[in-house]
Amino acid sequence: MSLSKRLSLIFKAKANKILDRAEDPRETLDYSYQKQLEMLQQVRRGLADVATSRKRIELQAQVLTANVDKLQQQAAAAMTAGREDLAREALTRRSAAQQQLADLTQQQASLQAEQDKLAAASQRLQAKVEAFRTRKETIKASYTAAEAQTRVGEAVSGISEEMSDVGLAMQRAEDKTAELQARAGAIDELLASGALEDASGSTKDDIQAELERMSSQSDVEAELAKLKSALPGGGTPAALTPAPSSQEGKS
Amino acid sequence: MIVRIIGEGQLHVPAEHLAELNEIDDSLALAVDASDESMFRRDLARLLDRVRALGTPVPQDELRSSDFILPGADADLDEVRALLGEEGLIPG
Repeated sequence: MSLSKRLSLIFKAKANKILDRAEDPRETLDYSYQKQLEMLQQVRRGLADVATSRKRIELQAQVLTANVDKLQQQAAAAMTAGREDLAREALTRRSAAQQQLADLTQQQASLQAEQDKLAAASQRLQAKVEAFRTRKETIKASYTAAEAQTRVGEAVSGISEEMSDVGLAMQRAEDKTAELQARAGAIDELLASGALEDASGSTKDDIQAELERMSSQSDVEAELAKLKSALPGGGTPAALTPAPSSQEGKS
Repeated sequence: MIVRIIGEGQLHVPAEHLAELNEIDDSLALAVDASDESMFRRDLARLLDRVRALGTPVPQDELRSSDFILPGADADLDEVRALLGEEGLIPG
């Protein structure tokens, strides 16, 4: 059997389950409408979750970007100070941060796509739910059992299909969000452990500490030299008078 | 007839195109059964392109069930198999 037929049958089976639930078709209408409103709520929450996740990824990407720049500057500073080993370390970290950044950017784009799709699906569902409500009132007003069976069936099948569709969109968005949240958590941990230094500068990474130690050391040297040159005797250290050896002359 | 593309919504497609679409759809079903990802991708893209070209969107306030339901453009084989496997996977 063709794929589209097989899928249609599965969606229909789902609708039939809802229809079988109540003896009076009018109860099915109310039950189904209740479900639709719940679904709309869920979709709205889902959309908010996706947006929150995306925002978090965006912030992390900003931190990583600042990190990449900073490691580049550190590498330059280390080279200026003649510390190739330190420069190499900074560049290695920079490349790791860049890789993370590339991954994040890609994931952010795919999450954006899910968000757009879910938003469109939510809008469609909203319109269909509204149409369902109108049809529900009409059917109830002109109720005759025989007629209602068919019309309720049509309305419920139609809306059930839409709900299944938006449900799938929501599932995908949720999966993607969970995946990203796990990833964002891992990056937060890395940032917290100092492996990727926080660009806020609240913690000092070891490269920065080494560069600062080097620069404060050369400051000390410079100060020492200044003090020395200020001493009387033209900057040469005052010679200490050798102590006369008391042992001198003795056997 | 009415065709739903999952994630995109429903389209009215004139019945005279049924034979053409069915041909691609059968090939798509074979690809799923054979777990042939590249054939699946190719047929799905072809089928969706044809449906979009031939169809007109169903108005948003129209409530009807579809005659045919197709996976969305970015669905992969696993997803489609999961859909076919357990109806429990369809939420709502």
